[in-house]
Amino acid sequence: MFSYIIRRILYSVPILFGVIVITFVLFYVVHPPHSVALQMLGPKAKPEAIQNWLHNRGYDKPMFINTQAGRSLFDSQLCHHIKSLALFDLGKSLKTNEPIIDMFKRGAIPSLCITVPAFFLGITMAILAALFLVFVRESLLDVTGTILCVVSMSIPPMVYVIFGQWLFATQWSYFPAFGFIPGGFSMARFLALPICIMAFAGIGSDIRMYRAIFLEEARSDYVRTAYAKGLSARRVLLVHVFKNGMISLITLVVASLPLLIMGSLIIEDFFGIPGLGNLMINATRSADFTVIMAEVYVGSLLFLFGLLLTDICYAIADPRIRLK
Amino acid sequence: MNVFLLIIQDVAVIAVVAAIIWSILRFCRSERWQRALRRFYGDWLGVAMLVVISIYFVVGISDLVRLPVKDPSGRFVSLLDVCFRDVAVEKNFSAPLAHTTYSLNGAEPLKGRHLFGTDQLGKDVLKQTMKGCSTAMLIGTLTSLIYIPIGIILGIVAGYYKGWVDDVIQYVYSVIASIPGILLLIALLMVLGKGVLQISFVLGITGWIGLCRLLRGETLKQSERVYCEAARALGQSNINIIFRHILPNVMHLVLISFILGFSGIVLTESVLSYLGVGMPIGTPSWGVMIDSARMELSRDPMVWWNIGAATGALFFLVISLNLLGDSLRRAFDPKAA
Repeated sequence: MFSYIIRRILYSVPILFGVIVITFVLFYVVHPPHSVALQMLGPKAKPEAIQNWLHNRGYDKPMFINTQAGRSLFDSQLCHHIKSLALFDLGKSLKTNEPIIDMFKRGAIPSLCITVPAFFLGITMAILAALFLVFVRESLLDVTGTILCVVSMSIPPMVYVIFGQWLFATQWSYFPAFGFIPGGFSMARFLALPICIMAFAGIGSDIRMYRAIFLEEARSDYVRTAYAKGLSARRVLLVHVFKNGMISLITLVVASLPLLIMGSLIIEDFFGIPGLGNLMINATRSADFTVIMAEVYVGSLLFLFGLLLTDICYAIADPRIRLK
Repeated sequence: MNVFLLIIQDVAVIAVVAAIIWSILRFCRSERWQRALRRFYGDWLGVAMLVVISIYFVVGISDLVRLPVKDPSGRFVSLLDVCFRDVAVEKNFSAPLAHTTYSLNGAEPLKGRHLFGTDQLGKDVLKQTMKGCSTAMLIGTLTSLIYIPIGIILGIVAGYYKGWVDDVIQYVYSVIASIPGILLLIALLMVLGKGVLQISFVLGITGWIGLCRLLRGETLKQSERVYCEAARALGQSNINIIFRHILPNVMHLVLISFILGFSGIVLTESVLSYLGVGMPIGTPSWGVMIDSARMELSRDPMVWWNIGAATGALFFLVISLNLLGDSLRRAFDPKAA
């Protein structure tokens, strides 16, 4: 098992390298630091000021390989970019000059406060609904339920947020409409509505997917054997199908666990919750390119970590995989 | 813009639409597609959705085809503008089908009646919504024209040649897929800027991965089949086998991905525009309409028709595409559903 995990980690290194190269091409070649300097300092900035700005951040070095005499070959922007990201140094914000790692540490907690409860609430509701649809399969209820799932998938995500806030906060005043106070009961009051909206917004596609998983289990041979033994339909579904379906379901779901740290763009922006999604939106509004780059990098790091977790789950569930 | 460019643009729009319809009809002649079509005609939901989508397409094309007539602001008018030329522009919001509006000066009669009311600038919401159709159709079609060829070529090549070609293609799509979708889209759009072409390009170069994976797996299966072996034994070239034998056998997957992908593209475009990185403010896009109307529900009196019209138009297009895609999948592969 240990060697399998090591092999899997080594496998994601070249992919991470590819991600770093893509961010470099995007933020250094397609959108060079010179144009960032012009945006930051204004179009009337003196050439010396721009040169100074670039020099302070190391952006005046050669792009790929340093061919200047007396310098190391690797004293270039690409090599510094790779080195700093590999050491998890995300740089500083262009706007506030604050280290981005501090901004991430500050934003991670509020993001997790929404996404983790929303994730578990959503997944529980989706599993229950999917089991129900499998229980009544090939009936009118099943068809209606599946079409309702497509309906819920087709509503744009921001409409859930806008309508939910209007109905529950503005119209009925059950919850505060906007804001965030850290700690204790007041935080729970502010977070309840965004959590419920987030859990509900993505549920349609989840139910459809889980229904397909459980349906496939319900058609396998051991289910027929269980029926032949004389077990009731409810017991077959809740014990046999549920247990076996959960194996493929958990391995599927575990991939998205690490990404919960990144929060939710639309919800955090709309409810004014200072998480990582809000950080991203603010960065796009103020054209803070270093923050956007850091978000992309951390996001893909977490995604690769999720893939690793999935593979470990598969290896636990099916020991044959380890030996391949 | 002069008349010459205008004619080229019109011809291009019509040519692209004709090419898409022609290529679908061409594949319809094969035995397998004929059987699937017969099953599809028996599915009333799918046929109804096809009708709805055709209406959206006609509205979208009517705004893309422009006439050599200029409006007061110096732009060429589209067919849709001609249909709406009698609709008056009001001063401010007005409710659907209202006669009068109330301002600080008291009651004032409106210049005309509007089925979906007017927005903050007094523009007719029905016209704005129908203009949003053309943006959605344009972005959906352009994006599909970018991602489908990439997906087909890379997917089939990876599945057919295997070996190092497969490894390289798998590496490229693993790298792109490992960046969370919406973050990559925002980053690309921040760098490239706003606009129809930028959005289509960005969605196109990130959207081919799903299709590529699907076709790679299917080609792996098909190239082991006896008919491919027979073609190889007869001495046919690899290119010939790919285009004559494998491509027609996986084309139905491309059609289904095109339909389902279109709904994803339209939805993503509206989310990106809502987040302020997609279409510029002031362009007719449903995402921009929802973004500018996000606070209007909390006004007193409530303004619901603006966001309602944009959401409704978006919702009916996306759900029709989703249901059509599902019913096509059932028609082509009745065992799986």
